[in-house]
Amino acid sequence: MAQEAMPGTFLEGIRPTYIYKVVLLGSTSVGKSSLAYRYVKNDFKESLPTVGCSFFTQTLNLEVATVKFEIWDTAGQEKYHSVCHLYYRGAHAALLVYDIANKETLNRAKLWLRDLEKEFLPDEIVIALVGNKMDLAAEREVATEEGEEFARTKGLLFMETSAKSNHQVNDIFMAIAQELLQRERQKASAPSLHGRSTVDLGESRARTGCC
Amino acid sequence: MMAATPSSSPPRSGTPQPPDAAETELAVMAVAASTSSPECRQGGEEEEEEEEAAGGVVAAPTLSPECQHGGEEEVTAAVTTAAAMTLPGCRRGAEEDVTAAGWRCRRKHVFVLSEAGKPIYSRHGNEEALAATMGVMMALVSFIQSGGNAIRAICSEDRTLVFEQRGPLLLVSVSRTRQSAAQLRRELAFVHEQILSLLTRGGIARVFARRRGYDLRRLLAGAEAVLDRLLSGAAADGRLLLGAARCLPLPAPLRRAVSGALRRAAAAAVPAPALALLAAGGRLVTAARQRALAEGGQLCASDLHLLLNLLGSGVGAGEVWTPVCLPHFNPDGYFYAYAAALGEEEEEEGGTGGRTSGAVTLILLSTEREGFYAAAGCRRHLEDTLRVQGWLGELAAAVRGGAGYGPSRPGAPELRHFLYKPLEGPEEMQQLPQFTSPELEDPYTSEEEQHRLFDLYHYLHSRVHSPHRPLRLLYHVAEKETLLAWVTSKFELYGCFSPLVTKAGAIGVLTKLLRWLKKEEDWLFIRYPPPYCAAPARPEGAEAEG
Repeated sequence: MAQEAMPGTFLEGIRPTYIYKVVLLGSTSVGKSSLAYRYVKNDFKESLPTVGCSFFTQTLNLEVATVKFEIWDTAGQEKYHSVCHLYYRGAHAALLVYDIANKETLNRAKLWLRDLEKEFLPDEIVIALVGNKMDLAAEREVATEEGEEFARTKGLLFMETSAKSNHQVNDIFMAIAQELLQRERQKASAPSLHGRSTVDLGESRARTGCC
Repeated sequence: MMAATPSSSPPRSGTPQPPDAAETELAVMAVAASTSSPECRQGGEEEEEEEEAAGGVVAAPTLSPECQHGGEEEVTAAVTTAAAMTLPGCRRGAEEDVTAAGWRCRRKHVFVLSEAGKPIYSRHGNEEALAATMGVMMALVSFIQSGGNAIRAICSEDRTLVFEQRGPLLLVSVSRTRQSAAQLRRELAFVHEQILSLLTRGGIARVFARRRGYDLRRLLAGAEAVLDRLLSGAAADGRLLLGAARCLPLPAPLRRAVSGALRRAAAAAVPAPALALLAAGGRLVTAARQRALAEGGQLCASDLHLLLNLLGSGVGAGEVWTPVCLPHFNPDGYFYAYAAALGEEEEEEGGTGGRTSGAVTLILLSTEREGFYAAAGCRRHLEDTLRVQGWLGELAAAVRGGAGYGPSRPGAPELRHFLYKPLEGPEEMQQLPQFTSPELEDPYTSEEEQHRLFDLYHYLHSRVHSPHRPLRLLYHVAEKETLLAWVTSKFELYGCFSPLVTKAGAIGVLTKLLRWLKKEEDWLFIRYPPPYCAAPARPEGAEAEG
């Protein structure tokens, strides 16, 4: 089910095409589907809880490469947890989504992170922590700094977004694309260099974006 | 009147019973039913004086007074708290909580609770807030059980309460509709099966075996919408009543072409899906099955209905991949279902979307956990074929242009509405139970009127299928319309006419209608749902959950 990234498979000019599998993880109704829907269709609608898993694709034409995202939007409900590893197996990137107006969902995201850490080596997957529902800033329960701090200690990308008001949704996916491409370059230039810190260009750009 | 299992002595007021026990029970009933208090009735938005003497509903004399004068003096503490929590507004009248009164006067309540009395689902209102009420229901059930008996139903003047115990779950229906207890029980069975379709029987049993007090809502989170949809769909539609799928009328050549394309696309996929369906707005366009599954006999209508309810009416954006259990096929195993809209270029309608949406949904049922990419490939293949031939556009246009038909279409002006389920036809058709009915038109445009009409249908259905005295033909003059039910070995037909029609006139109209149905059957029904061969036939189908 995992799709390997295929550097330079289709040469359009000199730009390689990469296919990346991205999973959205997090509790029920933190806005995973809305994020995916906003990103892919640039629209927002109140949606019913996801059944099982939804699959989207989105192609990004960047200067250096074409990136095709295969986005797996998982249902947050517990009943699907037993099948969730099916969805995130072979993923290149994961978005851990929480609701900034619901503290519990951040704790839940931390548990998801533990699951991911069991499954992947640190350099195998790009993980981003996403505080969604910025439009509910008035009811905020999780301070920006708290999410930021946690992301920093774990070496995750971090951003606060709003699928509803279209705040930084594109940016987070772009940051992931940049990070993935960056790693691709590292792999190409120094294949022996493993386990590098993930703090780099992509991440710092992601951080400045939200302040 | 209490309908209990044969050996029971119905605890009516006259029946000899230990006095305190009887008292407790009556009060409990009053709480659980929270029925016939007049204040309650007045508060409701939906009034309904439909009670003719018909229908064998016998009033329970004890119920109403109990509710009116709060007779809870000698009741156990648990019940008193429950009463205090559930009936505050209704009793005092002064500061009557409008929402609470409205809640109580709903046409139908459906509750699901665990054996430990933990709330799992309530059709209306937050089940959390109903914990006490549900506790009372469980108390009632266990009380009767402790006497070596089982409570099945309570019929009061204007409400029917049905209790259905299914494994570790208790389902309760409190209804003011004219559905019979048996019909309500079937509806509860559907609710139960929809829960199984998400969790499987084994899955639920395992959870409760580990912890009896487990809060099943954790696993069912998000499924409330699915159950709501099931129940609201049942309120003004014949699918549950007739146990058949509603078909989308489609020109026969188009249906044949689309069916063929679906069959070929499904057969070409590796692994081939066990079942492939096309649906629009919850109505079936066509279906194709692996021969192994087809030869296994009927595709159970209720399984099909659960699947369509879960995935068939537009699943949002993207392609869905989810484990799903078909409880009649195998209550302990999971299939993996793929669902996606065909032809992504459908315009955004905004708002509620729902039933007006012109999207055709493809559902593929696979036995392979990892079958997503195969299923997605199958969709692309089908989409390409349909697009190249121009069928995709035709299909979308047919769906968008209101693929239904009005009741005037058969050309009988007295006819207002009907439900028709053929019981004969090609063998393939019999394996896929279907029915047809026209769109609901004036005077059945409001929800209230639709409920009234389907109440009448339910009443006719229960009379015709009465286990004691089944009927073949039933002519029923109701307040605002006249109905005729007609059941033969070849069809089941319910017609609704303007009130002035005579019996002979009604039969004449139905005869005309039958001729029309015969003429249009290729347009109305999926006559030849195609089976297809797949290399490795797997009769057991669903793999057990890991």
